[in-house]
Amino acid sequence: MKTTLTTTALSTLLALGLATAASAEIRIGATLSATGPAAFLGDPEAKTLEMLVEEANAAGGLNGEEIALVLYDDGGDPNKARTFATRLVEDDEVVAIIGGSTTGTTMSIASVAEDAEIPFISLAGAIEIIDPVRPFTFKTPHTDRMACEKIFEDMQKREITTIGMISGTDGFGASMQAQCKDVVGNYGITIAADETYNPTDADMTAQLTKIKNTAGVQAVLNPGFGQGPSIVTRNYKQLAIELPLYQSHGVASDGFIELAGADAANGVRLPGTALLVPGLLAADDAQKSVVDAYKAAFEGKYSTPVSTFGGYANDAWLILSNAITTAGEADPAAIRDAIEATTGLAGTTGIYNMSAENHLGLDLSAFRMLEIKDGGWTLVE
Amino acid sequence: MSELLQFLFSGVTVGAVYALVALGFTIIYNASDVVNFAQGEFVMLGGMLTFAGSAAGLPLLLAAVIAILATAAMGVLMNKFAIEPARGAPVVSLIIITIGASIFIRGGTQLIFGKQIHTYPSISGDTPIRIMGATILPQSLWVILGAVLVFIGLWLFFTRTLLGRAVLATSNNRLAAQLVGINTNFVMTLSFALSAGIGALAGVLISPITMTSYDVGLALALKGFAAAMLGGMGNPKGALVGGLLLGLMEALTAGYLSSQYKDAAAFIIILAVLFFMPQGLFGRKSTERV
Repeated sequence: MKTTLTTTALSTLLALGLATAASAEIRIGATLSATGPAAFLGDPEAKTLEMLVEEANAAGGLNGEEIALVLYDDGGDPNKARTFATRLVEDDEVVAIIGGSTTGTTMSIASVAEDAEIPFISLAGAIEIIDPVRPFTFKTPHTDRMACEKIFEDMQKREITTIGMISGTDGFGASMQAQCKDVVGNYGITIAADETYNPTDADMTAQLTKIKNTAGVQAVLNPGFGQGPSIVTRNYKQLAIELPLYQSHGVASDGFIELAGADAANGVRLPGTALLVPGLLAADDAQKSVVDAYKAAFEGKYSTPVSTFGGYANDAWLILSNAITTAGEADPAAIRDAIEATTGLAGTTGIYNMSAENHLGLDLSAFRMLEIKDGGWTLVE
Repeated sequence: MSELLQFLFSGVTVGAVYALVALGFTIIYNASDVVNFAQGEFVMLGGMLTFAGSAAGLPLLLAAVIAILATAAMGVLMNKFAIEPARGAPVVSLIIITIGASIFIRGGTQLIFGKQIHTYPSISGDTPIRIMGATILPQSLWVILGAVLVFIGLWLFFTRTLLGRAVLATSNNRLAAQLVGINTNFVMTLSFALSAGIGALAGVLISPITMTSYDVGLALALKGFAAAMLGGMGNPKGALVGGLLLGLMEALTAGYLSSQYKDAAAFIIILAVLFFMPQGLFGRKSTERV
C-alpha cells in the first residue's frame, strides 16, 4: 500500500514537472535523412541542428524559454518523412519544422505542414519547393537554376556564346541540366552539344571527344555530383581540351580538387558558397562572421570539415530563431509572419531577404564564382 | 580517324574494367552454378582497402597485396558463414544470399571507412599516351594487361590443371565429384578465395580510373554480370570478350549516336544476343543428362 502511494505521488509529481516543462519550452521539429542514400546531406544537417540547439539552450534559450528539438531520421524516404511530419505536428506539437534533406522528402513534409499551418523550412534544392509560393513553406539553399545563372553570367563576361554540356544522369545532374537549358537563352548563349553520362561511368572521353569536335564550342559545362565530375575533369585534361571548363556547385569541396588532381583541375570554374572559402572573404564581408562562427563551432565539436549542406541547416536555424525572437512568441502563425519578414539576415549560404512573393530570399550574390588554381580556390570577381 | 580511335580507346578502357569484374564471376559460377552478386563488393574492397592501406602510410604495392589477401579471406569467410550453412538450398536461394552478403559488406565498409570517394595514384603516372591523335591513360593499359593475364591464368587453370577440372566437376555434379575423391568443400573455399582475390585485383587496378567508395560495387557487379552473360557465364574467354564488347558498344553509341542511348543500346544488343544464343557468345551448351 505504501509503495503504491509513493509511486502515485511520484508519478503525479513527474506529470506536474513535465507539464511545467512543456509550457516553458519551444518545441521544434526536424526530419532529416541522417542515414540512407542521402546521408551525405542529412548527416551534417542533423549534427548542425543538434549543435545549434545545444548552443542556444546553453545561452538561455529563445525569449527565455528552453528549446526542445524533436529530431527524426527519415532515411531519405518520402513516405517516412510524411509519417514523421504528421507525428511532429500531432503528437509532438511542434511550432515549426526544419527538414527535408531531399526534394522528395521536402514535398511530403510540405503538404503536412501546409495542412497544419506550421511554418516549415526546407533544406533541399529544387525550385518547385518555393515556386509557386506556399504560405508556410520556406527554404534555405539556393536553387540549381541560380547556379546556372551564375555560371552563364560569368560566361557572358568572357564573351562565350556557344557551349557544350555534359551532364550526369543522376537526380542532381538531370535537374540542373534542365534548369540550365531553361535559362540559357536569357544570356544569349546556345548549347551546341548536349551529352550525358551515368554517375558510375568510368570514362567520359567518348562524350568529350564529341563535344570537342562540335564546331563553335567555346566552353563546357558539367552539372553533376559525386565521382563523375572528377572523371570528366581528368578526361578533359587527358584529351588536352583547351576550352574553359565549368563545374557545378555539386562538387564545391576540397575533395573535388583532390579526386580530379590539382593539375587536371587547374582553371576549372564553379559557383560555390562563402562557407567553402572562408579564408578568401574580405574582412568586411557581411557573411564572414557567420561563416567563421559556424565553421569553428562545427569543426571543433565533430572534427570533420563543414559542408555546404550543414550550412543550409545552420541558416534554417538562424532564420527560425531570429523569427521566434522578433515575433516574441512561439506561435506558428506569428513565426511564419516573422520568417516572411526576414531581411538582411546573413547566413553561410547568402544574405536572406524574404517576402510574401519570395520564400527563398537569396539572390545571385549568394554564389561566389571560384576558380581552381594550383590546387586551391581563388575568387574570380 | 582520330575520333574513331579515341572512341575505341574509351571503349577498351571501360571494357577492360567490365572484363575484369566479369572474370571474377566465372570461378564461383563454375564451382557452384551460383552467380555471386557480392563480386562487385570484392572489387570495391580491393580499391577501398588499398586506399586505406596507403593512407595509413604503407607503400602502394604492399597496400594492394594486403587488400587482395584480405579480400580473399573475406571471400572465404563469406563461403564459410553464408553459403556453406545453406548447402542444399536451391541456386536461387544461394544467389539471394550473395545479394545479402553484398549489402552486409557495403554497410560494413560504410561504417568503417565512411562515405567519401577516394582515389590513389596510377601505377605509371597520368601522362596520357598519344597514338595518332587519340589518347589513352597508362592505367588503362594496366587494367587491360591485368584482364588478359587473369584470363590466361584462369583458362590454364580450368583446362590444364587437375584442381581446375575438379572445380568444373564439382559444379557439374557435387555428389559424383565427391565419389571420385574430390574434396568439394575445399574446392568451394578455394573458388571463393580466388574469386574474391581476382575481384580485389580488379578493384586495385581500376580505382585510379573510376575512383572508389563504399557503394561502387553494385553498378560494377551489374555491368560485369551483363558482360559475363554476353560472353557466356562461366567461360573466361566469354568474360574477356563480353566485357570488351560491352565497353566498345557503349563508347561507340556515345560517340556516334548519343550518350543518352549508351546504356540502352548496350542492353538491347545483349538481349538480342541472348535471344538467339541463350548461352551467350562462348557459353557451353548445357545438356542435362538424366
